[in-house]
Amino acid sequence: MQAALLLPVLALLPFAGSMLVLSSPNAQRMRAVSLAAAVTVAATALVLAAAPAVFVGEVVRWRIDWLPQLGLAFGFRMDGLAWLFALLISGIGMLIVLYAAYYLDPGDPAARFFGFLLLFMGAMLGVVLADNLLLLVVFWELTSLSSFLLIGYWSHSADARQGARMALTITGAGGLALLGGVLLLGDIVGSFDLETVLASGDLIRAHPVYPVALALVLAGAFTKSAQFPFHFWLPHAMAAPTPVSAYLHSATMVKAGVFLLARMYPALGGTDLWFWTVAPVGLATLLVGAYIAIFQHDLKGLLAYSTISHLGLITLLFGIDTRLAVVAGVFHILNHATFKASLFMAAGIIDHEAGSRDMRKLNGLWKYMPITAVLGTVAAGAMAGVPLLNGFLSKEMFFTEAVGGHDNAVMNVLLPFGAVAAGIFSVAYSVRFIHDVFFNGEPVGLPRTPHEPPHFMRLPVEVLVVLCVLVGLFPALIIGPVLAVGAQAALFGGPYAPLPAYKLAIWHGFNVPLAMSMVATVGGVLLYFVLQRRVNLHRLVRLPGWIRSGGREAFHLFTEFKLGTARLVTDTLENGSLQRYLFLLVAVALLAGLSPYLAGGSGASAPAAAGTPLNFSVLAVWLVGIAAAMGTTMVYRQRLLALLLLGAVGLVVSLTFVYFSAPDLALTQLLVEMVTIILMMLALYWLPAESPREPGRARMLRDLLLSLGAGAGIAALSYALLTSSFDSISPYFLRTAVPEGGGANVVNVILVDYRGYDTMGEITVLGIAGVVIYALLAGFLPAHRPRPPSSEPRSQFLPLIARLLLPLAVLVSLHLFLRGHNAPGGGFIAGLVLALALILQYVANGRHWVEQRLRTDFRVWIGAGLLIAGAAGIGSWFLGAPFLTSSYAYWTLPVLGTVPLASAVVFDLGVYLTVVGATMIALVSIGRLTAAGEEAGP
Amino acid sequence: MTIELLLAIGLGVLTAAGVWLLLRARVFDLIVGLTLLSYAVNVFIFLTGRVRIGSPPIVSDKLAPTLASYADPLPQALVLTAIVISFAMTALILVIALRAHAETGSDHVDGAEPSGATAAERDR
Repeated sequence: MQAALLLPVLALLPFAGSMLVLSSPNAQRMRAVSLAAAVTVAATALVLAAAPAVFVGEVVRWRIDWLPQLGLAFGFRMDGLAWLFALLISGIGMLIVLYAAYYLDPGDPAARFFGFLLLFMGAMLGVVLADNLLLLVVFWELTSLSSFLLIGYWSHSADARQGARMALTITGAGGLALLGGVLLLGDIVGSFDLETVLASGDLIRAHPVYPVALALVLAGAFTKSAQFPFHFWLPHAMAAPTPVSAYLHSATMVKAGVFLLARMYPALGGTDLWFWTVAPVGLATLLVGAYIAIFQHDLKGLLAYSTISHLGLITLLFGIDTRLAVVAGVFHILNHATFKASLFMAAGIIDHEAGSRDMRKLNGLWKYMPITAVLGTVAAGAMAGVPLLNGFLSKEMFFTEAVGGHDNAVMNVLLPFGAVAAGIFSVAYSVRFIHDVFFNGEPVGLPRTPHEPPHFMRLPVEVLVVLCVLVGLFPALIIGPVLAVGAQAALFGGPYAPLPAYKLAIWHGFNVPLAMSMVATVGGVLLYFVLQRRVNLHRLVRLPGWIRSGGREAFHLFTEFKLGTARLVTDTLENGSLQRYLFLLVAVALLAGLSPYLAGGSGASAPAAAGTPLNFSVLAVWLVGIAAAMGTTMVYRQRLLALLLLGAVGLVVSLTFVYFSAPDLALTQLLVEMVTIILMMLALYWLPAESPREPGRARMLRDLLLSLGAGAGIAALSYALLTSSFDSISPYFLRTAVPEGGGANVVNVILVDYRGYDTMGEITVLGIAGVVIYALLAGFLPAHRPRPPSSEPRSQFLPLIARLLLPLAVLVSLHLFLRGHNAPGGGFIAGLVLALALILQYVANGRHWVEQRLRTDFRVWIGAGLLIAGAAGIGSWFLGAPFLTSSYAYWTLPVLGTVPLASAVVFDLGVYLTVVGATMIALVSIGRLTAAGEEAGP
Repeated sequence: MTIELLLAIGLGVLTAAGVWLLLRARVFDLIVGLTLLSYAVNVFIFLTGRVRIGSPPIVSDKLAPTLASYADPLPQALVLTAIVISFAMTALILVIALRAHAETGSDHVDGAEPSGATAAERDR
């Protein structure tokens, strides 16, 4: 039980640490460093504390359900393989934190760095500890993200940004493939639980979908571990700070791919398909990486390609698909992490102290930094496979597996020769590293004199190199149990599989692998010195015999192609023409309306009732309306004429409302019609009086067809609607309007009582429109008058009539307002009547006359109206009823008798005021322009 | 010919005219088209209460409060809201068109004349 609780703490501790570090200020470096150090030390301690349980063969598990419907459980599982990786991650993390504390410049934001580093560490621990395949994918993607953040840490550098983008794209695409593969696996097995999946190996391998699932999972693994042809992102990731390169891109993140291979081997491995996919890719990567590494001039570049090559070696080992090869693979993972991390850190030290990473400039550093030189040489020796170091042991196991009998004749030849060739290359580049940096003459053009780094910066390198030596000298003692436990978990049968017999010893006697090692060593040294003398490596700019970095070119071409396509589609659809957008809008709406009929026929049924017989007056009115509408389209270029015809159509609509039993509607329509026409005429003063001829007969034809289609569609729909039977919820309103609403005009009662919210929104919109119009036109002085002022004398009759009409109009308005609840009328209609009466004053008497007498700001009317309406609604809260509940009572007034009064009238008052205010603002603002224009003079 | 058929044809014509004007190149024509379209839509929504002649929904004691005696009040209330809001929007678009024309000298819907046309060409 104790060990089980360790797991969530171990997994979540780095995330908590990351949050803490990220929230501390960037300037306080020591705080960030100490927090990060504490977290990594604690994590290492936790891993070590779990060791006793793991080493007796127990698999420690902990879980809670997260999304059981999806099969996703938040659980962790530590077996030998996971334990091994967790030790790598936390132990090397500890050393990296110490190293980075000295590496970062004072100007670098430390909190960001260590925060992201801890985030990555948590994500990586999650990958190795996840108990559930879906959870593994989640953490996998998180490692891609944190790697992106860390590579792009020096965001001012274009190389860093580009490298980060490339890494994210490739590993992200791989992550997507991995998700697909995991989903398929879960479908085959029926569960995403790791234990279940690993135990169902036979079921998976026999399933017809196995090749697809395998391909997808392998795509994820290969992109993450920079296998050929996805390897090109890793050298570009070297733009990251060296601690990041040492931690992520040599020891841990790129190992996630091979970890996945090791983890999924019991479930997916053991078939021909696995062999023929994984082994060739591994072999190709091994050779390509090693070859290119020889010709690199950048220290980190050489190490990056070397990492690619070693990852290829590990992949090849897993591909060879025998039990011993799996053991060798796990062993090499450990060894590679150890020496590669130390090499990267040494490279970082050289860069930090000498000021350059270019091996053409760095020569003879042995004199300036002897201790670092020794460390670097030993580590490079481990990389080359020099005896008595850890690299030699895993190389030997690799050679043994390469010559071991395989079923296939081609592979029997290819593998041993390939292995030897790779060995030669790797010795060559290791010798290049040692010779070209620490010997080979004097430094050239270095910005400063190199010297030894601070002791604590060198300490991590020392620790790792000492480990390399110890493991090389006493393998069975130091690494034996760890390897046994880790390898066992990677084999079939999981943690309880029988380990193959092997012996970790320095000397196995004279055998073929030893001979291969000797050939590789001698050959590699020879190759390097021949190249140096004959070809002069320093002068080589292009790689001999190699097409220029095919992967990167393909990547750029691909992204350019995608961006170009996106641009093309956007430019076609969104070309800035409103007419095109509207055309598409109407066309799509038409198609959407047609689609049910095109799919399933009309489903027409006989009309529910015989239609209402036609009346001559209705016919006449609508014929006028139709003619006016068609007329508008024909004479639209003469705008005033179009406006008059529009008025005619509006009138027809009002008459329709009257005839078909909607008196409130008819009044509203009529009044709104009047105000709209006045507004449009006022606006027309400032716009051109005629529209220019439009070019393009084709466009007109196209628009004509669309509008005819839209019209036909609406006509058909209306006819179907009008002739169908219907049911309504309105009997409720009719029944309860008088007893509960206190009004006989059901429409008005619906508006201010039943549906008060809608009306509240409506007057708000009206108010906003009024205020916006005011804002648009306030202080706006038109540049010039479009037309000379009218020279006709002002009528004397109109002002008189208008002044007499005003009190009458106010009376009518109040009457309509008060009777609205029981007869056609109400706040809207009354407000519009008042507004029109006031406008008439403006038109008849001129602006100055009116404004001298009516000193009021109509914005205040809008505000007051909204406030009163809102207060009427809130008032009902005090009586324990919901917003906008109204009630009514009967008042007895002295002369008038009993008067029914509903509290909804207060709400209606708010509506009234808002309508007057908004309408007046709109009209007065535009009218003021015209007056200002006329007064400006010719 | 019944009233229903006449109304359907009338709505179709209004819609066709509205859509055609909607697709024109000048803002004023677009506004006229929008107005026609909103007339058509308002009548359409109103007619979901079907054709009823001479029975406005003003409840009186003499008739039973059912749909047999009165027209359907609910579509009428909806259309009333619609009329007022589209009036507000029409006023707003007009003012925007006015300002835009004053600022840019062009009343083309795209905010500027299509490339190559000058003001002189525009006024024919």
